[in-house]
Amino acid sequence: MPHSISMGTWRLWRELLRPGDWVVVLAGLAACAAAGFWFWRGGAPDGVTVRASGKVFAKADLSRPRRIEVPGPLGMTVIEIEPGRARVASDPGSRQYCVRQGWLARAGAVAICAPNEVSLTLTGRGVDYDSLNY
Amino acid sequence: MTRSIIELTSTAEDDRVARYAAAAIALTVAEAAIPLPLPGVKPGLANIVILVVLARWGWREAAWVSLLRVFAASLLLGQFLAPGFFLSLAGALASLLALAGAACLPKKWFGPVSTSIFAAFAHIGAQLILARLWLVPHDGVFYLAPLFGAAAVLFGLVNGLVAAALLRDQSSQEAPRP
Repeated sequence: MPHSISMGTWRLWRELLRPGDWVVVLAGLAACAAAGFWFWRGGAPDGVTVRASGKVFAKADLSRPRRIEVPGPLGMTVIEIEPGRARVASDPGSRQYCVRQGWLARAGAVAICAPNEVSLTLTGRGVDYDSLNY
Repeated sequence: MTRSIIELTSTAEDDRVARYAAAAIALTVAEAAIPLPLPGVKPGLANIVILVVLARWGWREAAWVSLLRVFAASLLLGQFLAPGFFLSLAGALASLLALAGAACLPKKWFGPVSTSIFAAFAHIGAQLILARLWLVPHDGVFYLAPLFGAAAVLFGLVNGLVAAALLRDQSSQEAPRP
């Protein structure tokens, strides 16, 4: 060994790291933190709650595909459920925000069709907050 | 006695690849004896050998050593063509792609540690994707992704440091300082 032990083990190892290596290590740790934030918040949904005019209209699980038709002041809102996810398939409202949200697949996710007073919420364990209030 | 018709001559490169592959296989088999808290989290000590080969002899030989290791170690461990073998193969192929990319980075700024971490992430990434597509058709496999990522950083760093130390010692042996 060309280096003496008295230099200190820490310094010996640190010499092997080049400036970019530090960046890569930190980027790797950041990627882990991001993955933890992404995969560990919420969790997998296990059911949906459909509300119309503020009252619970239907509760369903996400195990099999089905369609739920919800009447509102403007007409019929159609909720579509597939295993593990749900969406508003069609809505009579003018702006279509809730339809354009697409598939919801995380516990706590909410789609609201305000003009027709219909909302779709995914339920599940470990929901600390809903996606609106957050 | 009939003379053998087949005559195998090995080049210096063949001998080198065989020696390095033997070291990588030995490390893999030794590592299989270590009990691990989570399936999939492994130190990947054989990658130290791959990193040294990459730095000294280039990507082509590193690929040879890496793939020989996957096949031979799985045969030795009785894993050949079992799910673990395909996960290992997917990880090795992805790491080799990452190594090819990392080899283009400027040497002044990025050493074996960077290369090692990139390869570790590619390894675990490919394994997770294959597991998701084939073994566990559910997004639940990604639940462990942050832990696998942390293991990739830790073991990538340690393996990279060991490889860097080996490379430094080898180069100082070949060209002794005055």
